[in-house]
Amino acid sequence: MRLNGIRLPHHKNTENCETVDIKCPERVIISMSQHIGAPAEPTVKVGDEVKVGTKIGDADLRMTCPIHSSVSGRVDKLGEMLLPNGKVCRTVEIVSDGKMEPDEGLSPPVITDRASLAAAVRASGCCGMGGAGFPTHVKLDYDEEKVHIDTLIINAAECEPYITSDYRELMENHERVIGGMKLVREILGIERVVIGIEENKPKAIALFRDKLSGESGFEVMKLRSSYPQGAEKVIAYYATGRIVEEGRIISDYGMIVLNASTTGLIWDYSRTGMPFVSRRVTVDGDAVGKPCNLRAPIGTQISRLLEAAETDTENMKRLIAGGPMMGISLYDPGLPLLKTNNAFLAFKSEAKKEMQTNCIKCGRCIAACPLGLMPAEFERAYDRRDREALNRLKINLCMNCGSCSYVCPAKRPLAEKNQLAKGFAISR
Amino acid sequence: MKEYTVSPSPHIRAGTTTSRIMLHVIIATVPAMIASAVFFGRRALMLIAFCALSAMLWERLIRFVMKRPDSTDDLSAMVTGILLAFNLPATLPVWMAAIGTFVAIVVVKQMFGGLGQNFANPAIVGRIVLMLSFTSHMTHWVLPDNVDAVTSATPLVTEDKFSYLDLFLGHCGGCLGETSKLALLIGAGYLAAMRVITLHAPLAFVGTVYLFSAAVGQDPIYQMLSGGLILGAFFMATDYVTTPVTNKGRVVFGIGCGIITCVIRFWCNAPEGVSYSILLMNIVTPYIDMFTRKKAVGGIYQKDKKEASE
Repeated sequence: MRLNGIRLPHHKNTENCETVDIKCPERVIISMSQHIGAPAEPTVKVGDEVKVGTKIGDADLRMTCPIHSSVSGRVDKLGEMLLPNGKVCRTVEIVSDGKMEPDEGLSPPVITDRASLAAAVRASGCCGMGGAGFPTHVKLDYDEEKVHIDTLIINAAECEPYITSDYRELMENHERVIGGMKLVREILGIERVVIGIEENKPKAIALFRDKLSGESGFEVMKLRSSYPQGAEKVIAYYATGRIVEEGRIISDYGMIVLNASTTGLIWDYSRTGMPFVSRRVTVDGDAVGKPCNLRAPIGTQISRLLEAAETDTENMKRLIAGGPMMGISLYDPGLPLLKTNNAFLAFKSEAKKEMQTNCIKCGRCIAACPLGLMPAEFERAYDRRDREALNRLKINLCMNCGSCSYVCPAKRPLAEKNQLAKGFAISR
Repeated sequence: MKEYTVSPSPHIRAGTTTSRIMLHVIIATVPAMIASAVFFGRRALMLIAFCALSAMLWERLIRFVMKRPDSTDDLSAMVTGILLAFNLPATLPVWMAAIGTFVAIVVVKQMFGGLGQNFANPAIVGRIVLMLSFTSHMTHWVLPDNVDAVTSATPLVTEDKFSYLDLFLGHCGGCLGETSKLALLIGAGYLAAMRVITLHAPLAFVGTVYLFSAAVGQDPIYQMLSGGLILGAFFMATDYVTTPVTNKGRVVFGIGCGIITCVIRFWCNAPEGVSYSILLMNIVTPYIDMFTRKKAVGGIYQKDKKEASE
């Protein structure tokens, strides 16, 4: 069986752009909420001296991982900010001394078994770098009595248009990614490791086939160029043929899915002890003069990245964090870089107000949905506030990939309605 | 601070719009229009233009009367007008055609809520109303090349058979748009290539007619090439609004149309069954949709749960 999906224009303009380090920013604003899950609390005070890698925030909660200073300098302010998702969170603002000195206390972790690996991953502040940002240590924290993980899937599909940050990780740091694959495999005793790469990245496929040839237990899986191949359930299905049923999680089926850059980060931390303090981010879009891949400290203001990419900010009308399909549009370029941001897209055009017509029941949304859902039916059920119908149609499975909205000729806001309907279905 | 407009994802949309789809359908009808002009003369083109324009006019008027925004720019009224014209004999007086477009646009489409809300195909109902109201005019078939002279019969009622080639090219009596199967298939090929239609319903429809005819001892190829089957299967049974949304449902729809068409053709006192079959299947479309709902990947349904617990 083939899951549905849609063909998108690729716009991988930056695929050959080597990663460039940006100039050390004078100030970073580090959000205490970097990913889904509970936010951290600042562990530093105004005036504290910090180095690169010094822990500045943490919370003793399962879905939280620590946050580290991305520059060396002095804590200037503990503030608050409005995140693009509408939540308010605390921030730590650090004035950089420009030296980027690493913290002397950093040392590589000792990893001997699953518990120590999970602890090390948590300590590294690692969360999914592909966009959704699930704290990685939680994926490694499963009940060994109940489940046996037999497959590790490395997600390098990067199916969203424009973004090439994972691709550059594959091309520039293949030894990090492979090292991470081997480390996780060895510690967890996993039989099979599959790295899934979309066919629009033939160089990466060839490189990994070459580097992994002769190694047993490693496979390079060529994925069709179709959106959303990189969705966790979709890539897991193609790697193993297993379908994750509603209400269950992927590890129940013996699988772990890690993003390629995340895998590289785990390896890096295991070698150097340097936590998650910087990342690669693609800057592209028609308002960007020099589309590129930049490496920047977490907390760098987006305006600095746009500047480095020679963006025409005068004429910029729209700024999106992430890809054009699932990214979040931002209200202010002064917002800081988060751990989960893999791209910033700047466009000269406003969001198009297209002519909306009644649903013409063409069935395109139904043919597009990768999970076989019926978005047009969701819309009708939501409009009449029919909770029972929404649940019967499995609104809970919608992952907001946006394929339905993309293909709709009547330009109905299907993905948006799905989100509203999802919230409505679980409310009372 | 400069402010930016935020909007929910996705931030890009496919170029396909409702009006573009309708435009594709209009383009797909051009070969059949040309064929109708070749076989039935200028009068055919005149009637097509009249139907298209009167349909748009009715739409504009009724939207104005109902105090709703004008919707003629989605071009769906024009498509309805053209398809209705295709179902009329070239000799039909224009005032009758105007009644047909009135029924199609005002009664069938706009009274039910406009685009996307009608349960039956407007052009089909327009044709059926005209057929029942003005039967003699609607069955005043003329042979091609002889528009003003001889009244003829359609291939389905005549005793003298037409050759397959004449039927395929359209050199036979019938409604102005339905005779040339070649022209219709070129248009249908265009629609399929542009991904406007899927071929599930039409192939199931035509295939069922073929098998059914063969099973009851009729000439299956003659049945396939006669009457409005090709027009109905590729242009009416593929109408989004009034046919099922899933491919499975579309196959069921096509098979149902094929069976009803054959039953009417062979055993009823009516010359042609395509339009009635499509109308009847339009009516059961919501039920087909209900029974051919897709199952979500990874969805657990009540029935499965019971089975699992047993």
